[in-house]
Amino acid sequence: MSGGAVLAIDFLKPFEFEFFRNGIIVATLAGALCGVVGSYVVLRNMSYIGHGLSHAIFGGYAVAGLLGINLFLGAGAWGLLAALTIGAIVRSRPIGSDAAIGVVTTAAFAFGLVIVQIYGSNGPNADALLFGNVLGVTLADVWLIIGVSICALAFIFLGYRQLLFTTFDAEVAKATGVNTGLIDGLLMVLLSATVISTMNVLGVTLIAASLVVPAVVARMLTDSFPRMLILAGVIGAVSGFVGMNASYHLDVASGPTIVLTSAVFFIVAFAAGVPLRRRIGVAHGAH
Amino acid sequence: MNEVFIQATSLTVTYGSEPVLREVDLEVAEGDLLGIVGPSGSGKSTLLKALLGSVAPLSGQVERRAGLTVGLVPQVEHIDWSFPVTVAECVGMARARGWRTPWITRSERAEICEITERLGLGGLEGRHIRDLSGGQQQRVFLARALFTDAKVIFLDEPTSGLDVRTRHEVLHLLGELNEQGLTIVLTTHDLNGIAAHLPRIVCLNTTVIGEGSPNEVLIPDVLERTYGSPMRVLEHGGMRVVVDSPLFLLDEKSA
Repeated sequence: MSGGAVLAIDFLKPFEFEFFRNGIIVATLAGALCGVVGSYVVLRNMSYIGHGLSHAIFGGYAVAGLLGINLFLGAGAWGLLAALTIGAIVRSRPIGSDAAIGVVTTAAFAFGLVIVQIYGSNGPNADALLFGNVLGVTLADVWLIIGVSICALAFIFLGYRQLLFTTFDAEVAKATGVNTGLIDGLLMVLLSATVISTMNVLGVTLIAASLVVPAVVARMLTDSFPRMLILAGVIGAVSGFVGMNASYHLDVASGPTIVLTSAVFFIVAFAAGVPLRRRIGVAHGAH
Repeated sequence: MNEVFIQATSLTVTYGSEPVLREVDLEVAEGDLLGIVGPSGSGKSTLLKALLGSVAPLSGQVERRAGLTVGLVPQVEHIDWSFPVTVAECVGMARARGWRTPWITRSERAEICEITERLGLGGLEGRHIRDLSGGQQQRVFLARALFTDAKVIFLDEPTSGLDVRTRHEVLHLLGELNEQGLTIVLTTHDLNGIAAHLPRIVCLNTTVIGEGSPNEVLIPDVLERTYGSPMRVLEHGGMRVVVDSPLFLLDEKSA
């Protein structure tokens, strides 16, 4: 048997296992979903929110486990409450979004930790939640991420221009009749759903990277918004697929391998000499 | 008498406890080309927002004609120039109310090309907004406002940061659009370069100090009450030229 055939068999071997097939579907969809949703997060200069929200949701997860209620429902409600509180604070007070995210999400995380320290946890394995675990992926996770992805696509398809206008220029969008409060709220709901549905495979500590890195790489590669959305989704999906395979073969948690794969995209794009002017976060202007 | 599009009556707006606008009465009628002038912090931008309905008044009211479509051209300083949008995408996003296809349809693209051509941006539809000159950038946002089918367009400091030639281009363009029937309301710091060329000016400093043609309001008394500093007005080529009083006195001394 040739070396290539051996490699192919070795590569395909994990696909014999149902848990891996579930994991690869979830990882690929999670990468694509995070890439697309992350594009809006990055362009709103809210990169920190993925990090904060995942921590807040972890607190909710722990509390839900303790109380014996559905983990997704508990974590989802917790995360949504945190996201909407951040949005409300940013809109109504002269506080930057980074500061509001810092206050709300760390408080939500800390509250969960205090409850767990006092009463203990009946929830899932903490390591798996923190770093992702392919063995923890169930058929329910597959259906959950398929459902969230369909909702995300529908929301972006139906509200594309309102989302774009609100992200680019919220004040003018509002002045010309766009319900920016509703759009912001729905985006926060989608972000919370994204974090919850990808938590098992990416781990709460690494979701932020999956939201930010594919979007940043895509931004480096194009000056067009629709192309950025597509590129970020593709980069995220490829990172998820490759990272999950690497996770199996290297026998390490899936979250780090997925994030490291997307980091390779970033390094390649950066080293390939993408013009400085396209780099995210650099102030521009032809004035 | 032209139809009244927007009517502000006894409008008072506060940020915290301080009134930014106090008892402002203002009427915007069809075909107006109206400039709002005043010093920094006089409430010009707040008045625009209140007329647009994006700032709620503490008291008084703003009545807009039912179904009136409005557009807003923001200050270029507030634009995120690193945002990934081309000229066509930037203009196209404006038609966002109701259900729209994510992509710009063929008929919309034709409309966008017609507007960009009209504003001297023909052929630049695929360019990133950052890769344009200052005047072109200002016109992109004007094109975006026009693409909303707005009857009234508000411009917040449209010539801020522009050189003299580009400022003239923008002023000329606004004059043309107004002649074609567009109602325009703008704020400006520029008394001589912009305000003096407009048919109607409102001098604002928290409240309306004066309102009328340049000949009626560009007078020392109104200007001093608006800017809180003595100003002199010269006649030059049939136009009014406003000069800061200290500079004027220096000129007199040197003469």
